[in-house]
Formats: sequence, C-alpha cells, structure tokens
Amino acid sequence: MSNATSAHSVVEPSTTTKRIAGIIVVLYAIITMVPLAWIFMTSFKSPPDSISYPPKLVFTPTLEGYCNLFTTRTRQTPEYIQSLGPPQSTCDEITRSRNMVIAGPSNYWPRFTNSMVIAFGSTFLAVFLGTLAAYGFSRFRVPLADDLLFFILSTRMMPPIAVAIPIYLMYRELGLSDTALGMILLYTAVNVSLAVWLLKGFMDEIPREYEEAAMIDGYTRLQAFRKVVLPQATTGIAATAIFCLIFAWNEYAFAVLLTSGTAQTAPPFIPTIIGEGGMDWPAVAAGTTIFLVPILVFTILLRKQLLRGITFGAVRK
Amino acid sequence: MSVINSDTTILEKEPERAATSRPASLARRIGGLSDRAIAWLFITPTIALLLAINIFPLIWAVRLSFTNYRANRPNAVVESVGLQNYQRVLTDSDIWIAMQTTAHFVLWTIVLQTLIGFALAYLIDRKFRGHAFWTTVILIPMMLSPAVVGNFWRFLYQPQIGLFNYIVSYVTGVPPSSFEMLGSVSLAPWSIIIVDTWMWTPYVMLICLAGLRSIPDYIYEAAEVDRASAWRQFWSITIPMALPFIMLAVLFRGIENFKMFDMVMLLTGGGPGSTTEVASITLKREAFESWRTGRASAFAIILFVAVFGLANIYVKALNRVKQR
Repeated sequence: MSNATSAHSVVEPSTTTKRIAGIIVVLYAIITMVPLAWIFMTSFKSPPDSISYPPKLVFTPTLEGYCNLFTTRTRQTPEYIQSLGPPQSTCDEITRSRNMVIAGPSNYWPRFTNSMVIAFGSTFLAVFLGTLAAYGFSRFRVPLADDLLFFILSTRMMPPIAVAIPIYLMYRELGLSDTALGMILLYTAVNVSLAVWLLKGFMDEIPREYEEAAMIDGYTRLQAFRKVVLPQATTGIAATAIFCLIFAWNEYAFAVLLTSGTAQTAPPFIPTIIGEGGMDWPAVAAGTTIFLVPILVFTILLRKQLLRGITFGAVRK
Repeated sequence: MSVINSDTTILEKEPERAATSRPASLARRIGGLSDRAIAWLFITPTIALLLAINIFPLIWAVRLSFTNYRANRPNAVVESVGLQNYQRVLTDSDIWIAMQTTAHFVLWTIVLQTLIGFALAYLIDRKFRGHAFWTTVILIPMMLSPAVVGNFWRFLYQPQIGLFNYIVSYVTGVPPSSFEMLGSVSLAPWSIIIVDTWMWTPYVMLICLAGLRSIPDYIYEAAEVDRASAWRQFWSITIPMALPFIMLAVLFRGIENFKMFDMVMLLTGGGPGSTTEVASITLKREAFESWRTGRASAFAIILFVAVFGLANIYVKALNRVKQR
C-alpha cells in the first residue's frame, strides 16, 4: 500500500492509506463510545422509556433518574398527595406524578463524598511518600533497594481478594474496618509501590549535575531537592498522581469487602441502587454518569501526561 | 534505541549506582542534614507503610494458611494443620475447574485484545489527520471503573430491552429475546470477554503504539532502497521490532486478567451455575462466604506463586526475544 510513490519521504504513508486507516480508527472509536453514550442517554430517560422495546433513541428528556438517585421515596395515595401544598422543586413534582413523595436523601451523595475523600487522600499520600522515596532510591545507595522495590511491586500481582483476607483480619483487630482512614491507608500502600517505581524512573532522568551545581552554589541537599529536582519532576509527579487517583477512584474489590456502611465508596454502592420492582436503570445510569464525569474530564485534560505515564510505566516494568 | 532495549531489562534493574558516593562528601562539606540522614528520612515512611500494610499481612496470610482458622469464629481454638490446606486446595476439583475457567478467559481476552490493539496501533501510526484526538477517544474505556461500567453492561445485555441484544438481532436477524448473554451457559463467558476486550484493547494499543514509534525511520528507508515490498517490510521489520512491546502488553493483560474480579462479579457473579467462576470468585467464596480463612489463604498463596512463577518464566522468554 504505502510505497515509494510518495515523493517527499519514503516512510510517509500515502494519502489513500491514511484515509482508510483514519476511517477504520474513527469507526472503532465511535463503536466503543456507544455504551457510554447509552449510559448518558439512559440517565435522562423516564423508567418506562428506558426499558421500552425497541430501545428508544428519541425520547423526552427528564430529570427523574437524577431525582431518584438522590432521594428515597415512599408511595402515597393520590388523595394524600392532593392534600399537600404546591411542589417544592422539580424533583418533588416528578416524584408526585408517580404517586410518591420524597422521604429523604439517598445514600448516593455520602458515598460519592467518601470516594472523593478516599481517592484524593490516598493519592496525595502516595505521591508525597512516593516522591520522597523515589528520590532516596534514585540518588542514594540503599541496601537491597532494587530487590525490595521489586518484591513490593510484585505484591500487586496478587488478586486483590488474596490481599484482602489478611487486611480484613488486621483491620478488624485495629478497628479500621469500614473507616475512611483504613481505606486511605490501604490505597496508599497499593499505590505507593507503583508511585515509587514510576517516579524513580522520572528522577533517574534528571541529571545529578543540576543538584550538584546548586549545592556548590550553597544550597543544602534539601533545598536542592525542593528548588531543583521537584520542578523538574513535575510532569512525572502529575502522571503518577493521575494513575493513583484513577486506581483509587475506580477500585471495587477492596471496597466491597472492607467497607459496608459509613466508609463505603461509590463503586460498591452504585450496583445496589434498585427501584420499586426491579432495577431503576435511569437512576443507575445517572449515578454512573456522575461517577464517570470526573475521570472523563481528567482523561481529556491530562491526556499527554497520561499517555506518557502508561507507556513509560509499562515499558519500565 | 528504544526505552525497552536500553539497559532496563524487565525484572532486573539498571546497575547504575557507581556514582552515588560522590555527592555525599559534597553535602557534608556544605552542611545541612547528611545524605545518609536524608536518605533514611525520605525512604523510611514508605517502607514503614509497606511493611505494615503489604508485608506484614502477607506473612500473616502465610501463617494462617497452615491453620484451620475461620475469620467468623475469632474465639475458636486455632490448630495447626500442617500442609493439609495446600493439599486440599490442590486436589479440589472445583478449584481446578475455576483455574481452567480463568485460563480460558485469559487466553481469549489476550488473543482478541492483542489482535485488535495491534491493528489499531498500526492504523494510528499511519498518522492520519486527527489521529491524536481519536487516540484519546479510544482510550476512554480503560480509564473507567470496571465495576461501575460492568454493572451498566448488565443493562445492555438484557434479553429483550438491552441495546446489545437489539443491535445483534438487528444485524443478524435473530429475535432479540431468543438469546440471553448473561444467563446462558455458552454465552455468559463471552459476555465477559466482550466487555473486557472493549475496556482493555486501548491499553494493548497504547503499548503497541509505543513499540511502533520506537522503530527508527532509517530502517524503513533502507528497506525502501532495497525495494522491499510493504508486506515484506511489515513482516521483517515492523513485527519483529514491535514484538517485545506486544509481549509486554500480553504479560500485563495476562497478570491483570488472572486476577479478574470486578467485572465477573457484577456481570454474572460467577454464574450461571459456576460457568464463569474464575479463581478470584472462588477465592472470595472460600474466604468471605464459607469463611474457611486458612484454606483460602493457602489458595491465595498458591495463586500468587503461580502468577509470579509464570510471569518470571515469561519474562525470561521476553528477554531472549529482545536480545535477538
């Protein structure tokens, strides 16, 4: 297909090749987006629309899914609903049209907040500890460092359930079961091995001469670390932070086994959303959409760092 | 040449510590904390955390694996049972079936993801207009939570109302309620393989893309000078030079899918019957439903040793390919 006919460069593919390649890739991209588009659309459907056959592409959008996601409702007689005053909000109105009244907030928001606290807390800790340790491993002779690092990284090869058994027992003894602190510590420990590994690679790439020059100019090593090494490592730190954040945000196995109530994160909670008589798919879709949006935004905004991190991490391992 | 072909071989790290002693004297002359103190100050917190939450529980699990401990009866007398747990696990036919199911998943997901992922990477590497944008779009599924998205796929797979069934029936003409992706013994494994492939092909694609981009242009230029056909170039340059990367992608997907849990749990929960019960699900049942903690620990350790051993053998093969 691509051969010497193109005049400017021998390796540059021909226009036809490019066009065909482009069409196939774009088609694939569109197909992979269909499930996500469907989640988004379903979140704005009414429950009957969501389960109609054939599946509806055109529908009247409603906020019912989002209302149902954030509230708990009780069924009432039409007479009772008539006796109430005018509806307080859009959600109130939608709920009443289904012969129900809002009984209170659902657990979604607290679970979402837990996810945020645990994901950001553990990411901050893992990156903070990881940066320090990576610098230590990169610049100083640490006995057995490589073996130690590799062994720690290899514990990530264990199925999470296998790790969860002793953690479950340990947390029960220490009173850390179902606490945000316990989850933050656990996610930090899982992420820190990867963080050290990735960051050590980035730090190794920063020439030692920079710090040495700074130290000759009168900086102490700590100052040289803060003012010379850290600014140089920003890209690496950002890439590592995204990875830690995505892991902690998406994690399910530990969360489902070690949290059940107050510290439960969103991933184990979303599958438990059910409506009256079967799954309330618009509410599930709404919860899923809200949960996915932060990661989508991150992926698009930070794609460069992300790409660098994935290939770098993979190739280094 | 490329990152992977440099001195960083997998599982063995670069021996570049010769220059480490030099800055030490420098720092001491200048003042402040000694380098040794800084090294320990920087490394100790991480090591302490890992010892507490990684290493200590692991040792604990090893100890438990030799006992009949049950986590739901913390006050019962714990007896040492020697190697009995290991013996039971290795002779348990259910566990062997689960291992076969896992192997089946690992095999098919790897085959599909490698083929599609490499093809996509090859096409993206033709550098058509807008390829960077579409690469980002393709990446999106792998960033999402397997549990949350897997849960939603359950809806897409609904026999009558699901979008997946509708599209399949639209394309093939089979009535949409005549097949149940999650409920039938023959289709349930495939429903999981499809979601996993949808989610993780981009990952394989990215690593393959890194491989393709590491091939220097001059090799192709030389091949053009020698009048090698495009087909010949593909098989004698592209594939051999990208092979270490492809193998690496296979390794990572293999390890990940060996541990597969979230998606299976939410799509089928191991069912129907136990057709999709992979090792992680069996382990969860042993540990958190039957509460045979001791035996589950033994199983966990066997799994770990198996992955670790297989990964090491594979890496040896990979290094041999790289040296060629």
